[in-house]
Amino acid sequence: MATLSDRMSINTQIEHLQSKYVGTGHPDISRFEWALNIHRDSYASYIGHHPMLAYFSTVENESIGRVKYDFLQKMLLPCGIPPKPQDAEEEEEEEMEDQGKK
Amino acid sequence: MHLYHLTLSRPSGVQTACYGNFSGPKAQEVVVSRGKVLELLRPNEMGKLVTVVSTEVFGCIRALAPFRITGASTDYVIVGSDSGKGLGRSSTEWSLDWTGEAASVAQKQLTFYELDLGLNHVVRKWSDPVDNGANMLIPVPGGADGPGGVLVCAENFIIYKNQDHEEVRAVIPRRNDLPGDRGVLIVSYASHKKKAYSFFLVQSEYGDIYKVTLEAQQETVTAVKVKYFDTVPPCASIAVLKTGFLFAASEYGNHALYQFIVANLLGEEIPQIYALTGRGPRSALAVLRPGLAVTELAASPLPGNPTAVFTVKHAMGDEFDAYIVVSFTNATLVFAIGEEVKETNDSGFLGTVPTLHTQLLADNSLLQVHPGGLRHIRPDRRINEWKVPGRRQITRATTNEHQVAIALGGDVIYFELDPMGQLLEAEKKEMGDDVACLDIAPVPEGRARCRFLAVGCYDSTVRVLGRALPAIPESLLMLYGGADEGGPDSGLFLQVALQNGVLMRTEVDRISGQLTDPRSRFLGTRPPRLFPVSVRAHRSMLALSSRPWLGFSDHGRFSIIPLSYEALDYAAGFASDQCPEGFVAVSKGSLRILAVENVGETFNQQVTRLRYTPRRLAIHPTHNTLFVAEADHAAIPLAEREDVKERLQAEGGMESDAVQGIEFDEDMAALEEQFGTPRGQPGQWAACLRIVDPATLSTAFVVELDNNEGIQSMCLAPLASPSATNGAVETMLVVGTASGLRYYPTECDAAYLRVYRILDAGRRLELLHKTQVDGGPVGALCAFKSRLLAGCGSILRLYELGKKKMLRKCEYKQLPHYIASLNACGSRIYVGDSQESVHFMKYKKADNHLYIFADDASPRYVTSVLPLDYDTMAVADKFGNVGVLRLPPDVSAQVIVYGTAMGGIGAFYPFSSREDADFFTHLEMHMRQEHPPLCGRDHMAFRSAYWPVKDCVDGDLCAQYPSALGAKQRSMAEELDRTPGEVLKKLEDIRNKIL
Repeated sequence: MATLSDRMSINTQIEHLQSKYVGTGHPDISRFEWALNIHRDSYASYIGHHPMLAYFSTVENESIGRVKYDFLQKMLLPCGIPPKPQDAEEEEEEEMEDQGKK
Repeated sequence: MHLYHLTLSRPSGVQTACYGNFSGPKAQEVVVSRGKVLELLRPNEMGKLVTVVSTEVFGCIRALAPFRITGASTDYVIVGSDSGKGLGRSSTEWSLDWTGEAASVAQKQLTFYELDLGLNHVVRKWSDPVDNGANMLIPVPGGADGPGGVLVCAENFIIYKNQDHEEVRAVIPRRNDLPGDRGVLIVSYASHKKKAYSFFLVQSEYGDIYKVTLEAQQETVTAVKVKYFDTVPPCASIAVLKTGFLFAASEYGNHALYQFIVANLLGEEIPQIYALTGRGPRSALAVLRPGLAVTELAASPLPGNPTAVFTVKHAMGDEFDAYIVVSFTNATLVFAIGEEVKETNDSGFLGTVPTLHTQLLADNSLLQVHPGGLRHIRPDRRINEWKVPGRRQITRATTNEHQVAIALGGDVIYFELDPMGQLLEAEKKEMGDDVACLDIAPVPEGRARCRFLAVGCYDSTVRVLGRALPAIPESLLMLYGGADEGGPDSGLFLQVALQNGVLMRTEVDRISGQLTDPRSRFLGTRPPRLFPVSVRAHRSMLALSSRPWLGFSDHGRFSIIPLSYEALDYAAGFASDQCPEGFVAVSKGSLRILAVENVGETFNQQVTRLRYTPRRLAIHPTHNTLFVAEADHAAIPLAEREDVKERLQAEGGMESDAVQGIEFDEDMAALEEQFGTPRGQPGQWAACLRIVDPATLSTAFVVELDNNEGIQSMCLAPLASPSATNGAVETMLVVGTASGLRYYPTECDAAYLRVYRILDAGRRLELLHKTQVDGGPVGALCAFKSRLLAGCGSILRLYELGKKKMLRKCEYKQLPHYIASLNACGSRIYVGDSQESVHFMKYKKADNHLYIFADDASPRYVTSVLPLDYDTMAVADKFGNVGVLRLPPDVSAQVIVYGTAMGGIGAFYPFSSREDADFFTHLEMHMRQEHPPLCGRDHMAFRSAYWPVKDCVDGDLCAQYPSALGAKQRSMAEELDRTPGEVLKKLEDIRNKIL
């Protein structure tokens, strides 16, 4: 049975992980954030491993420098514009409904 | 199955480089990173780059920079690696004392930091928004050397920025043929600093180099000037050396390997490797043979059959040889080496007898040993003769600059050169049996004589102190070697070639003369003869058996590598103006002067040019011809190339449809290689099919594809012909194409299966028909029971050959992403998915039904699959992992050879015994603890970056055992219950088994 101190230490461990690695995540993470982390991690890994850049640049017939630049740019918004937060969306819907009623 | 992994030929692609004075104050040197290998290169007097040191670091090298401590005269290298311990691990650019580019916000910012040496801390100085296309920073020297600040390279612009300074912009010149929406991006730079002026060379992604200069008035920069300078292929890194060289580490030389096949098409002793390499206009088909490439500098016929050849110098300090002495059974010819090689009579050598040996002695006199005696030619042309007593004859002789030993049957007589310049008989010894061979090592530096003479006798012994041999010795050679090469503490090794073709190498104790630590290796069917030659200015060995071998010390490790040349009879080292390190050899009645280039490379290659990036290679099973599929994205097909047409018209004559292809015109191909081809639009494809004759490496046939189709896959498939009822099959070439294929996301206009009939004994192709298929690009093809399996996107289909098109017989739609590879064995089909590893499928003929019966649990991004046996597959994935997947046990032992995108070649060797596997697993474990990688990366973590490494020993790490400290070597060997010598022997044995 997990004691209180065990749970505490797990919490601190998770906190430590979250502070050390950006993409650790948390229970309330949204689908978008999760995808964002994965995409950024992938691009970072491609940029960090030169042979991977060479592989992509051969397929695309581009120079390695260009592929690296493109990937760096894509790390900004790898999954497009972030969706609006849930409550903002609801508010908007309400507004729409209100307008509809009028 | 336990595997032993070893790199056979390290990657040749350079990813970063930095220039500095590393080993000495004036040394012009470049440190380069080849992925996980760190190398120090130095240009030699011939203008060739020589590898001085090379070491594997077992980690990713991300960045390199030179660093000089104030007041020091040599540079240190800062290595940014993934170990988390070095300076690096940031994906932003960093320069000497400031860094920038925060990509976290939509507006890029340029931030200056200052390094406070006292606090060892960086302080943020100021920050400024910068062009969003910025991708690189170039530091501008400040203080007394220039205005300071930084050049920001952005798409299409170069911008000068500094604190409290207005930004100065310059537009980068564009190529005429560039589409309007393409930007120009700077990919590498080099800065050159001289007292009077400094400039920068920057290179664009198309390979154009621009010279950038700053016009400044005191501290204020008034203009940035960008001027076209030259074009070389795009580089990962460029550097200007003080001696005026431009070091350009090309992104792609001809090193990237895409596909290769090991086959013995030409019936040679060892199978050849046929490899597709390079990219775009620099692509090629290469034939690799294990061995060193030999250049034949001269070959001339001789009267009669020579028995031996020697070279001698005029004087001790001479750099080059003066005479070539060729001995026949009853005469001797002497050639003088000058502008050309001419016969001469005034050398003082006796021409009417055969020659056994020649030597230049320490007092610049010449010695000729012939069966009748010794002829000593003094520098003043006085001749001293020593005649053999009685009716005996000299059978063998060996010399160095002070000592001479001759064998008369079973007696050895030993002479020494005295200070008066006279050869005096010093000792005579009876060996008890006839002498088969003799050798004496050169006099070690600072000593009066070499202490040991090695004598091999017909009673199967070699004596320094007498040791039994398994066979009669044929030839002997003593070499210095080991860690401290040529120094006073270097080891002395005795090489013994036996008549059964085995070469034995033993170490000679420098004090007692005892022979220890014997290693043996089979060289060939003829008894090997050993000759001293010079390699990298060190005395090395040339061994002539049924093929020639070169033995030399390669960074402290003695390696013996075959030469790619025919068998030779006799040889001697040779040095002249044109050829500083070569050898003369006689073979079948002709005299040849040969040189070995690129010593240290395991493979030599022959190359033929291709038109586009090669994608697939197939070998016709009966006609032995090579089929190459080439395709390039965003390239303009040959037929639409306006510049080529114009050029041809300008040269006058040929019609535009007579364009053969650029690769056949050496001048044009060389230009293209340098400048690159004009860029097409995304989704534009150029592709062709080619047949190459492996014997001559010449193109027998080439056909361009129309309809904007790019080749995705190709296979040779025996297909049942539609008209025949008796089950007759014909081998067809089937090509899977996609027209207008674009990436991000991957989509195409249409996909096709093209079927070609092979005519004229595999020398011509004829398009039979073309079938449009739906589902996506045809990524993989495979012959299956007289039918064809095709992976169209994620759909697996079975086709039969029809008269007008391919007929769809069966399909399976539930594969996850994209079929990247297909293999078949019996009724089993192995499908490699681009993201979901391998699926094992079966075809049920009765129900005409395809189904999956096993798959892999891990999501591997498969790039290449090799079936090892019915149940086992070797799988390589996109991230550089290799795995062996298997249903139940039982595998046959095979060596798996692979090639990488960066041009490396490596092998996996399955251990034949549990004992070996245990030994190497433990050695690897000790090496991890005792000799951790240079850059501090955890070796286990590096090898397990994507998947935990399992049952595979890293031979590259084990191979670093000799470079560990002596005490550590001993303690590791003790832990393994062996001596360091035994460990070394095991390492050498397993290496020899693979190669």
